[in-house]
Amino acid sequence: MTEMGHGRLTEEERREIAAEIAGSEYPRAAASDALKIVQRHRGWVGGEIVEVAAMLGMAPAELESVATWYSLIFREPVGRHVILICDSVSCWITGYRALLDHLTGRLGIGLGGTTADARFTLLPVACLGACEQAPAMMVDEDLHGDLTPEKIDAILEQYP
Amino acid sequence: MTEPLREKPLTGHFRPDGQPVALAAYREAGGYRALAKALGQEPQEITKTVIDSHLRGRGGAGFPTGTKWKFMPMGPEARRPKYLTCNADEMEPGTFKDRLLMEGSPHLLLEGMIIAGHALQADHAYIFLRWAYRRAAAILEKAIREAYDSGLLGKNILGSGTSLDLHLHISAGRYMCGEEKTMFTALEGRRPLPRTAPPHVTTSGLWGKPTVNNNVETLCNVPAVVGLGAERYRQLSHTGDGGTKIYGVSGKVNRPGGWELPMGTTMRELLEEHAGGMQKGLACRGAIPGGASTEIVLEKDFDARMDFNELQKVGSRLGTGTMIVIDDRTCPVGLLLNLMLFFARESCGWCTPCREGLPWIARLLQAIEEGRGEPGDLEILEEHVHLLGPGHTFCMLAPGAMEPLGSGLKHFREDFERHIREKKCPWGG
Repeated sequence: MTEMGHGRLTEEERREIAAEIAGSEYPRAAASDALKIVQRHRGWVGGEIVEVAAMLGMAPAELESVATWYSLIFREPVGRHVILICDSVSCWITGYRALLDHLTGRLGIGLGGTTADARFTLLPVACLGACEQAPAMMVDEDLHGDLTPEKIDAILEQYP
Repeated sequence: MTEPLREKPLTGHFRPDGQPVALAAYREAGGYRALAKALGQEPQEITKTVIDSHLRGRGGAGFPTGTKWKFMPMGPEARRPKYLTCNADEMEPGTFKDRLLMEGSPHLLLEGMIIAGHALQADHAYIFLRWAYRRAAAILEKAIREAYDSGLLGKNILGSGTSLDLHLHISAGRYMCGEEKTMFTALEGRRPLPRTAPPHVTTSGLWGKPTVNNNVETLCNVPAVVGLGAERYRQLSHTGDGGTKIYGVSGKVNRPGGWELPMGTTMRELLEEHAGGMQKGLACRGAIPGGASTEIVLEKDFDARMDFNELQKVGSRLGTGTMIVIDDRTCPVGLLLNLMLFFARESCGWCTPCREGLPWIARLLQAIEEGRGEPGDLEILEEHVHLLGPGHTFCMLAPGAMEPLGSGLKHFREDFERHIREKKCPWGG
């Protein structure tokens, strides 16, 4: 079952995952947290999922089914920074389309794309729960609201 | 109807600078006094107070909270461990009320959970928080540490003999996880598909054990219910549903935001007084009153009181109580297309009507919006409102999606017909 990739967990990743398992009621309850640990270190989750599954006492295919469920567990490489642009109803009413046009024009990529210099990946995201600041987006772990195309230009500068 | 008490038990102690209320300040404002009172009461007594308070679930369904608690098996015969879960997934489009509560006063939620834990004799509690709420996550983590350090969580809480372990689980993005049984599957580390019911979750919930699941705002009301007592708590409301409500308004209004107001505040008061009315040059046509999966209410019906019974009289329901305002420069077909694309993308694909029906509906709406609609399309859409409705699907995702669609087809019929007749979007969408 290793044909899916050659990633091996580092000692640090193994240690963090083991601590997460130790703090859980049952090992498999740590599944999504373990995947997030790998993603925090590598940006995405590749073939090392096989080793993660072994640590959790799960079949690799079973952990795959968990990983592919979540929209924010990435199964292919992403850029250094991930832009999550909210395309749900309040943001759609207040200017999502103009923002998307601006972002795709400026970055030269569409939704799902990564810039050639691997700086940004642009992804759509379901309602961010920031509707009183619509339109909104997240870059990495930061929320940005009340957006305009001009504001977006300044925000992108903060993420080299 | 008598005038409600104008008190804000949930947000009255919030800081004006938007920073979270720390433990010491929370205590100074009277925080954790309701817990001390509750710990001196028998669990059944607390549940009775919650029943008498007419507190109904704030997650959208409006089930009476105390009645839900009463289903929990109690006493030494009950299977253990027993669980309390807090739904903090808040992914209903247009909804941000739980975020305001968690960011403003994390200990309010913790106090509500500890009281609920005592009333339910729960051993473990989980907060299921959506990933996007990074700020709320950091605030809650700190508050949970403070609570453990102060003997408010863990073994023998404040020397009462009651114990509760609280875990914060942070999800990784998926609307479906907000559905109660799907959430349990997620917490168990499985692919979070919906589960069959019965059995009811108080018989077989998380890890197959007795579980009660409540929404963030519901649990934040519990200290007020216990602290004020059932009668005074009921007097906070305009109507028969007790308490206050965190209402919200988004869309092209002057001051979008969220406010704690008496339950049963009208849609018109929310829009005009609290949200500052429509932005200049725009007229209001209607609103989706309680998150994406509630029926559209036309502006002429905005005098309706927003509670669980009153909104039904104008063909909708309270849902999450956060209304999305529809202005006259927003194309209703485009709006419904946006909503249906959301639901189609978030469908788990488990059952056929939802998996096949939602993309089909979205394709039809796309065609109408782009001027490729044909006579008969609206009848096909109406048929789908029935086919994807209650009783035909495994969970409530698709029936929820049909609420704005069915009401939109009814209220904005002429706009749909114009798209088909003129072979273009009159709004240029």
